[in-house]
Amino acid sequence: MRPEPHLIDYAIILLYFGFVLGIGFVLNKYMKTSTDFFLSGRSIPAWIAGLAFLSANLGAQEVIGMGASGAKYGISTSHFYWIGAVPAMLFVGVFMMPFYYGSRARSVPEYLKLRFDEKTRGFNAISFAVMTVFSSGVSMYAMGKLLQLLLGWNFTAAILISALIVLAYTFLGGLTSAIYNEVLQFFLIVMGFIPLVYLGLRDVGGWDGLKVRIANDAMVHSWKYMGHSNANPMGVEWFGMLMGLAFVLSFGYWCTDFLVVQRAMAADSMTAARRTPVIAAFPKMVFPFLVILPGMIAGVATSPRVHSLPVEKSELASGAAQSSFFTGGKGIIPPKYDAAGKPVTADGKVVLDYDLATPMMLVRYFPSGLLGLGLCALIASFMSGMAGNTTAFNTVWTYDIYQSYINKTASDQHYLWMGRASTVFGLAISLMAAFVAKEFNNILDVLQLVFAFVNAPLFATFMLGMFWKRTTGHGAFWGLLGGTVAAATHYGLTLPAGAVPGVKGGYLGPILHVYPSEMAQNFWTAIFAWVGCFTLTVVISLLTAPRPEQELKGLVYSLTAKPEEGGLKWYQKPATLALIVLVLLVGLNLVFW
Amino acid sequence: MGFDIRMPIGMLFTLFGILLIGYGAATNGSAMYAEHSLGVNMNVWWGAALLAFGLAMLALTRLRRKQ
Repeated sequence: MRPEPHLIDYAIILLYFGFVLGIGFVLNKYMKTSTDFFLSGRSIPAWIAGLAFLSANLGAQEVIGMGASGAKYGISTSHFYWIGAVPAMLFVGVFMMPFYYGSRARSVPEYLKLRFDEKTRGFNAISFAVMTVFSSGVSMYAMGKLLQLLLGWNFTAAILISALIVLAYTFLGGLTSAIYNEVLQFFLIVMGFIPLVYLGLRDVGGWDGLKVRIANDAMVHSWKYMGHSNANPMGVEWFGMLMGLAFVLSFGYWCTDFLVVQRAMAADSMTAARRTPVIAAFPKMVFPFLVILPGMIAGVATSPRVHSLPVEKSELASGAAQSSFFTGGKGIIPPKYDAAGKPVTADGKVVLDYDLATPMMLVRYFPSGLLGLGLCALIASFMSGMAGNTTAFNTVWTYDIYQSYINKTASDQHYLWMGRASTVFGLAISLMAAFVAKEFNNILDVLQLVFAFVNAPLFATFMLGMFWKRTTGHGAFWGLLGGTVAAATHYGLTLPAGAVPGVKGGYLGPILHVYPSEMAQNFWTAIFAWVGCFTLTVVISLLTAPRPEQELKGLVYSLTAKPEEGGLKWYQKPATLALIVLVLLVGLNLVFW
Repeated sequence: MGFDIRMPIGMLFTLFGILLIGYGAATNGSAMYAEHSLGVNMNVWWGAALLAFGLAMLALTRLRRKQ
């Protein structure tokens, strides 16, 4: 039997819709200039910017993907947080924000223009715009599929309604509206998932009970089995994990992705901007407990009866009894079904629909009432991700593409208008991109792949640009291009075990290496991209003429005054806060070693 | 800016809390609690938590206005 949301559940969801739209309407009157619309007039307090910084990243990837990975790989998924996010968040706050915020750049590509040249900005702006639209599409697809499977809602209607709501509030209130709603969404996600974790853990007998039920030591330790890729379910060894995820991918995303950096750029002062990612790091550290644990529990939980069955699938499965939906599944995670309603198998084993792990948990443990809150939390996470992408896209489009190449001399009111127009067509393209996501088993892998091609080389460019004054525009541009080519080449010459050449790699013909898992292949793609970009940037920079030093003031570490911290109390200093986070981080890694 | 985000957050969570407590009280003893939430009326308990959070947010908003 499908869960039947009652009036109360719909009332909760509608109330939430009403509030996000209301915030958009209230903020509309503050949107007078393009700076208000794209940068919130640089007036956001640090704690709000910090929670929005985190929340903008809390899209489908986070809640569904991390639950799926939790079910698949166990507590090692926390690497995506503890080493794969937090250190980079601290770094961008303490070391990089002085250049982003201090240079008064309005976007990350614009910083590249100030530091390097027009072509580097153009390359970054266009690739970022494409990636952003694609990520937003992935988010939409995930939500549409989920609501359809879980509640029988119409796929197209579900994504259209949520896209229209996001469109309305970002159109009306610009970045401020997105940021304020992200704070609201942050609290909703937290308050919606705490009871889920509580009930789930209580049911399986706490963390100790969970360990007993999982009965696989490699899934309840984060580091113990990282010595060799064969020893852990991720198929990654410590070096690939540290270099690929913790360094290249993580720093490439958190330190250069305008989606998150935009939130810090909107902060009301330099110290607020530097504190933004550091404040976000505190909740980020505890999020594994909210999003990974439900996935792990889903793999071992039992259901007093079958709670959910997608009508379409069961009708397709010829003559199958409804309860057979879970046959071959694990815990409350059902098998994946193909279009004909048959369970998908690989190597004789049933493939599980891991993306349903967290949603099935909601259905299993939430009675009507709480179910509305849980669904609201899910929808909020999708919307915050979508709004993050939308505001980043409309800014980069308007400032870095439209104003730079199409119409350089229009009035500020015209750019404000273009911001709103691009909000509309950005979301329209995302809707179309939503269908590309269907090829992959795990949404996370898709996003990691896109990030590997586009973001991985980026961090080499920014690191060299910010900390080595000799780096030149030509070096940066050709380095970036070379890094992206290196990523695509490596991916094209390798395959994960058991895959056929195509979207999973190996498209260049000869297969030079077979990785134990997709994740390992993605991490190594990132490493190759980074090394390629780094090397090429250094070599070409040394061969081309350096820029005069006076032009680089405020853009490069050695030529910029250290940020003033004299009047700040200890708990206001970004570096002090970052140290506290680091200590807690080491503790967490040791506890779950 | 004269708009404090804590106010709508406080209002929304207060309303959520009231709704869940009311619904939980009305459905107390329903079979759905045994089936889903391990026999605990989570609507009432978590509704109370949401209400407390909402009221705290509203209190912070008022506190800031007075300053």
